[in-house]
Amino acid sequence: MKLTIEQVRHVANLARLSLTPEEEQRYATQLSAVLDAVAQLQELDLSGVEPTSHATLASSLLREDVTRPSLPPEKGLANAPSKVGTSFAVPKIIE
Amino acid sequence: MELTDLSMLELAAKLAAGEVSSVEATRACLARAAQVDGKVKAFLRLDEKGALAAAEASDARRKAGNPASPLDGVPIGLKDIFLTEGVETTCASRILEGFIPPYDGTVVSLLKQAGLPIVGKLNMDEFAMGSSNEGSAYGPTHNPWALDRTPGGSSGGSAAAVAAREVFGALGTDTGGSIRQPAAFTNLVGIKPTYGRVSRYGVIAYASSLDQVGPMARTVADTAALLQLIARHDPLDSTSAPVEAPDYREDLEGGVRGLKLGVPREYFIEGMDPEVEAKVRQAMAAYERLGATLVEVSLPHTKYALATYYLLAPAEASSNLARYDGVRYGLRAKDAKGLREMYGLSRDRGFGSEVKRRIMLGTYALSAGYYDAYYVRAQKVRTLIRQDFAKAFEQVDAILSPTSPVPAFKLGEKTDNPLAMYLMDVFTLPCNLAGLPGLSLPCGFTKSNLPIGLQILGKPFDEARLLRIARAFEREHDYSRRLAPL
Repeated sequence: MKLTIEQVRHVANLARLSLTPEEEQRYATQLSAVLDAVAQLQELDLSGVEPTSHATLASSLLREDVTRPSLPPEKGLANAPSKVGTSFAVPKIIE
Repeated sequence: MELTDLSMLELAAKLAAGEVSSVEATRACLARAAQVDGKVKAFLRLDEKGALAAAEASDARRKAGNPASPLDGVPIGLKDIFLTEGVETTCASRILEGFIPPYDGTVVSLLKQAGLPIVGKLNMDEFAMGSSNEGSAYGPTHNPWALDRTPGGSSGGSAAAVAAREVFGALGTDTGGSIRQPAAFTNLVGIKPTYGRVSRYGVIAYASSLDQVGPMARTVADTAALLQLIARHDPLDSTSAPVEAPDYREDLEGGVRGLKLGVPREYFIEGMDPEVEAKVRQAMAAYERLGATLVEVSLPHTKYALATYYLLAPAEASSNLARYDGVRYGLRAKDAKGLREMYGLSRDRGFGSEVKRRIMLGTYALSAGYYDAYYVRAQKVRTLIRQDFAKAFEQVDAILSPTSPVPAFKLGEKTDNPLAMYLMDVFTLPCNLAGLPGLSLPCGFTKSNLPIGLQILGKPFDEARLLRIARAFEREHDYSRRLAPL
């Protein structure tokens, strides 16, 4: 299966990656090779087989719904590239 | 013998007897790192101050006759995937450069409570995606057994630091073989516990349904002792199993008499290194001599495991790594115009090529029109792989195989060919897909003195038996006692 540059750009956009033109070319080739390799799964008859999303547990465990302290704002914001007061600051969203 | 050549439990005995202090042991690790790490490059950063403070506190406890655990005062290292409060944690990625975690992950808290000084953070493949440590944004780690070769990956820094005696033991993580393959490449014991055995809270996520934390050390008993400290239920991880851990050292010398050990016929493939095959076959014969019965078993869907893994793991990764967007922490492209461009540029600049390759692959496999054909299909094949193991374990107590089809390969040898690199995980990743425990044990050397690993796979939560099986072989040989020539 050969991925086109347009498909690579579409996937990169979904993944929020601004790839360079060289990267687009490289991933088109490399991802095509990987998709060829995984196409092997198409040969199996999987009718009646349930998908496994989780290795061992039948269901996730929930803890008791009690409040407990979470990170104070100054700690939560300590790694922020940009902040205003107790908020994360980002570039303009709406022009 | 140098202090740093001791096993964890040998050092612990000397600490308990007051023959040596934790401060001395920690200083010995720091001195050893200063001496060899320029060549090995196992550490991304040392935490000299934190480690020495922990060592002093440990010495005070030992002096008062009140050790916090059997390993109180034994210095260790952590893969840089574990969040450590106040100590930079990058997951070997540019996108997390300068990130100072505001809290400790659960296993880090447990090790601190148990009194183990943490010497520093260890190199790895970026976001644990890789089998050679060449994916690190900060340069590869070198194998202490042959400096022109890889220590394996992704926990290659953990493996190299222990093999080079810069620390006495380490924690790694294993999503498709990332503890076991580096252990095999560096003559260590490493165990990937059952999925859910060890908490993943505060461990940077790669593929959440496969990731598991585990110990790496130079002996089976050390590995058991380190696992003991971290194997417990954690309410902060909803996938952590509410299963009580047994005493992993209680039955360690119990031997293998009467056990049935499976030999999967699909695990001896074309392209396997003949020296690896010969040593693994010898180890199997040794188990027969020790009283176990070898039983041929079949895991018929083994050949589909690689394709299944390389759809599911990237799919989960593409979702997990969506959080690195330049907003709350990590790298932000300051020159971006608008939010959308800031996301795209920050992520393109912050992630390395293998990480982007897997995000792209995973995003594709989850995208509209391909979700059923790739992602759901792979999840169904995962079911078949689990069923293969369940059937095999009706006949046998554990399964033996090579850990890796080849010994440590040369740095640079496979970096241009992602598929050749993915093949390195062919024997290790089925166990992650099935959520089972797996251990790698030193079982000999090639003629050029490269370590070879034997893999032992077990039933869910059967880690104690895997350790016992490993110990039965270890006791007969001096492989674990051989030290890297460095």
